[in-house]
Amino acid sequence: MNQGTNRGAPAWRRFTPAQRLARFAVYLALVAGIVASAQTVEIIPEFLYDAPEQMQDLFRRMWPIAFYHYPRGVHDALMETIHIASVGTVLAILMAFPVGLLAARNVTPYRPLNYLAKLILVSSRSVNSLVWALLFVAVFGPGALAGTLAIAFRSIGFVGKLVGEALEEANPGTIEALNAAGAPWFSVLSKGYWPQLEPAFWSIALFRWDINVRESAVLGLVGAGGIGMALDTALNLFQWDRVAMVLTAIFGVVILAEIGVTYIRKRII
Amino acid sequence: MAALSAAPAAAREAPFRTNLPLRAAWLALAAYLVYAMSLLEITWPRFMIGLDNGAKFIGRMFPPNIAQPDTLLKGLTESLEIAVLASFLGIMVSLPIGLLASRNLMPAWATWPARLVIVLCRSFHPVIVAILFVKAVGFGALAGILALSVASVGFIGKLFAEAIEEISLKQVEAVRATGAPFFNVITYGVLPQVFSRFIGFVTYQLDSNLRNSTMVGIVGAGGIGGTLFAAFQRFDYDFVCAILLSIIGMIMAGEVIAGWVRGVFLDRGKVDEE
Repeated sequence: MNQGTNRGAPAWRRFTPAQRLARFAVYLALVAGIVASAQTVEIIPEFLYDAPEQMQDLFRRMWPIAFYHYPRGVHDALMETIHIASVGTVLAILMAFPVGLLAARNVTPYRPLNYLAKLILVSSRSVNSLVWALLFVAVFGPGALAGTLAIAFRSIGFVGKLVGEALEEANPGTIEALNAAGAPWFSVLSKGYWPQLEPAFWSIALFRWDINVRESAVLGLVGAGGIGMALDTALNLFQWDRVAMVLTAIFGVVILAEIGVTYIRKRII
Repeated sequence: MAALSAAPAAAREAPFRTNLPLRAAWLALAAYLVYAMSLLEITWPRFMIGLDNGAKFIGRMFPPNIAQPDTLLKGLTESLEIAVLASFLGIMVSLPIGLLASRNLMPAWATWPARLVIVLCRSFHPVIVAILFVKAVGFGALAGILALSVASVGFIGKLFAEAIEEISLKQVEAVRATGAPFFNVITYGVLPQVFSRFIGFVTYQLDSNLRNSTMVGIVGAGGIGGTLFAAFQRFDYDFVCAILLSIIGMIMAGEVIAGWVRGVFLDRGKVDEE
């Protein structure tokens, strides 16, 4: 902080009046937004009265968890979910790399191309993976293909943005040296940028895979394959003990994926 | 030229040596991809048929058509309300939980339960949580609000705990040395240190809740998602396109506002000072 210690100076204020006004505006908007939302949102009180009862009923029906259902109904779907997440991540990386290269201003010094790449990245991120899944189910029919493509297209924005940012942070010295030696474009990429990008890249890829395992678990709700299909079937038949089994399986896989990712990150990066 | 490069090349090591384990890893990855794709029945002919369908599909989506402007507007407002309320509720709950989960301030008996709550909240996708809340509190916005609150608790709780674990304990000690009670240690020693990061993840979470609040409607938890899903099932693809464009518009507006709020609270100079 830059407090003035001279006595004659006007009282020190941490923020300028404009800053204080902006902060006040944010707080005011926040409170107004919360109050307005709370007053206008439609909540049916009749449903709320028996919520504890319903909750109890739900857990009673879920117990005991239908573990016998796992080998027949859940295992294959669970594996499919993991495959969807993995293949989707690899596809996403393959598609995101060129876009990331185009988005990085030091690699592609043409502004229009930068903006085009940014547009692709933003539109990929703005559409939720469930919406991507709905679109791809309409195009390719229900099944894992739609789910894989949904995961891939949703991840392009994330991977491409982070790859682009990592490329922009690359040390220009190495690149200049390679350019001065007359290295062709591809060699500059593979020997100049790639070694600098690599640690960030693996971390991004692992992180996205972890997210994708979670996301691919719900894609089945709209027919895009994976364990969500098993969940949807059990829900539609009100077999809550099987729902509990599916949820336990998802929980287990998500935790295992997170532990695995943390372990690999510690080992490699 | 040839003589120049031939003589030392034998003596010098190759500048880029082949890394055998790495190549084996790439091969294993390729083999896995082939195996997984065959299992998922991802084949070229299916893809080509899909492309045909895709062209028809896109043809039917354009031009976008707002078939039911009232429903669209109502859905969008409801999504916005769900996002705002869920963020508020989630943040209120996640602050104490994040504080309890920070290992440098709390004893182990407090961090473990808090961490368990955070992990439980984080591991399920909001849409799955929304299914459970739809059963518990019925169809409508309340289920969506509760589901997204749970997701917010998981995300903000985790990041808040990590931020607290990285603070400098000197200031905490100094406040404690003045004889300040526990609550004052938190408000004067801990919170000022994490405030700027806190603004960062709150704006991020608001953004993420806005995205997800457009989706929880698919399972009946309120918002525009229900309208979107219904339009899909009626094959009203031009209306679907209009809904999607308005969702994207709303999310982008949210992103711009979040960026502006971040700018208000974290101006460049202060970040550099830290």
